[in-house]
Amino acid sequence: MTDVLIKVGFVALAALNGAVIFTIMDVKGASWMQRRPGPLHVGLRGFIFPLAEILKFVQKEDIIPTDVDRPVFKWAPAYVVVSAVSLFAVVPLSPTLVVVDLELGVFFALAISSLSTIGVLTAGWSSANKYSLMGGLRAAGQLIAYELPLILAVVGVVIQAETMSLVGIVEKQIEWGVPFAFSGQIVAFLIFMIAATAEMMRVPFDMPIGESELTMGFMTEYSGIRFLIFYISEYMSMFVLCAVASTLFLGGYHLPFIPTEWVNIYGPISLITKTLILGFILVAVRWSFPRFREDQLQNLAWKFLIPASLLNILITAVLKVVL
Amino acid sequence: MKTFRPKIPGFIIGMKIVIVNMFKTLSPFHSNPNVNYPFEKEKVAPRARGVIALDQEACTSCMLCARQCPDWCIYIEGHKELQPPSTPGGRQRSRAVLDRFDIDYALCMYCGICVEVCPFDALFWSPEYEYSEFNMGDMLHNKARLDEWLKTVPEPEGLEN
Repeated sequence: MTDVLIKVGFVALAALNGAVIFTIMDVKGASWMQRRPGPLHVGLRGFIFPLAEILKFVQKEDIIPTDVDRPVFKWAPAYVVVSAVSLFAVVPLSPTLVVVDLELGVFFALAISSLSTIGVLTAGWSSANKYSLMGGLRAAGQLIAYELPLILAVVGVVIQAETMSLVGIVEKQIEWGVPFAFSGQIVAFLIFMIAATAEMMRVPFDMPIGESELTMGFMTEYSGIRFLIFYISEYMSMFVLCAVASTLFLGGYHLPFIPTEWVNIYGPISLITKTLILGFILVAVRWSFPRFREDQLQNLAWKFLIPASLLNILITAVLKVVL
Repeated sequence: MKTFRPKIPGFIIGMKIVIVNMFKTLSPFHSNPNVNYPFEKEKVAPRARGVIALDQEACTSCMLCARQCPDWCIYIEGHKELQPPSTPGGRQRSRAVLDRFDIDYALCMYCGICVEVCPFDALFWSPEYEYSEFNMGDMLHNKARLDEWLKTVPEPEGLEN
């Protein structure tokens, strides 16, 4: 019982810390990319401003409008944060430093990441606000559309690795010598990253939030700590999906040229470095792309990403049989 | 015949610009365009439209500025006083005295029409910009305050030859 509690606490803390680090990276990186110094006055040249931000949101009043569907409205953020946090449970920091090494780890990860759709849709539906409703419906449409290429891209990896356990996939990459992103799954990697960006609803896929047309989309009526949960879980899912992507495609905890006996020491550092590099690319993408229009967004998913990922599965399967 | 030049996709150029700018911000060898405002002040151009100053002596309360003001943010009140005749036995001349000249900077949109329209050169632009207030009513600058801004008006540049 205690070790389960320790594991739950570790996962929650790790995901929260990852979210805080990604918040710093997003805000500071964004300001540097626009030739600004960014937040500068909250300790350590502004590098601990997320703590001040969390304090600010916690002490704000949690306003619940009278017309909302109260229990649904109150519980909607929980789905989003649970889906982001529990995804981290299957990410291996090293062969032994993993909360639970499931036989069907990939399946679990993809299943649990689609739980956030329910949270977003119920948040939009229960808010009694037309902007929230529009945002929730857009979010549901987008998340369902991009769930498919996300899953189909991972299927290619699973075929190549012949296993669905995340540790097994990393071990297979060590066996191959080259991470999957550079040994046949480069298309799947790109599709996964695009679909993951859409899953976490970041620019250029932030149509559901779209502050210039829908105020704040499904988050419009939220304030105080519930808004904070939505806000943090966006960065949490960014951290966790980047960690999953680096595990599936970039070799996870493995580093070449270092004896594998020390994997418990360099494993977490390696994984987190890879995650941060992927996150940095997402930040750079965010500040160089405008937002997609709704029809462009759906066209990209249904007309381009899904056929491309199906083709990728086909080619991977054929090569697997032939070679 | 046209030579074929492969077109670089726009998003790669965009990413390159974004990342180059990030390293420019971080490197100490590039000039820093930012001013850390409350601690260091920006050098404003002398012709900047900061605040409107009033020369009370020159004003004849002709009301041209108040009429032209698009926001109607200038309030003028005045009366006429009789002056003693310049030569004994002559006619007493009347002179306009300015009682009230207020500009409501909460309404002002800094168009500068009042400065341009003033036929007696009583209104001037000053580059001062730090006069925010906690109370909206305090944005109404009265005659004395507008007169103080006159000290901050820079010397006009010489005419172009």
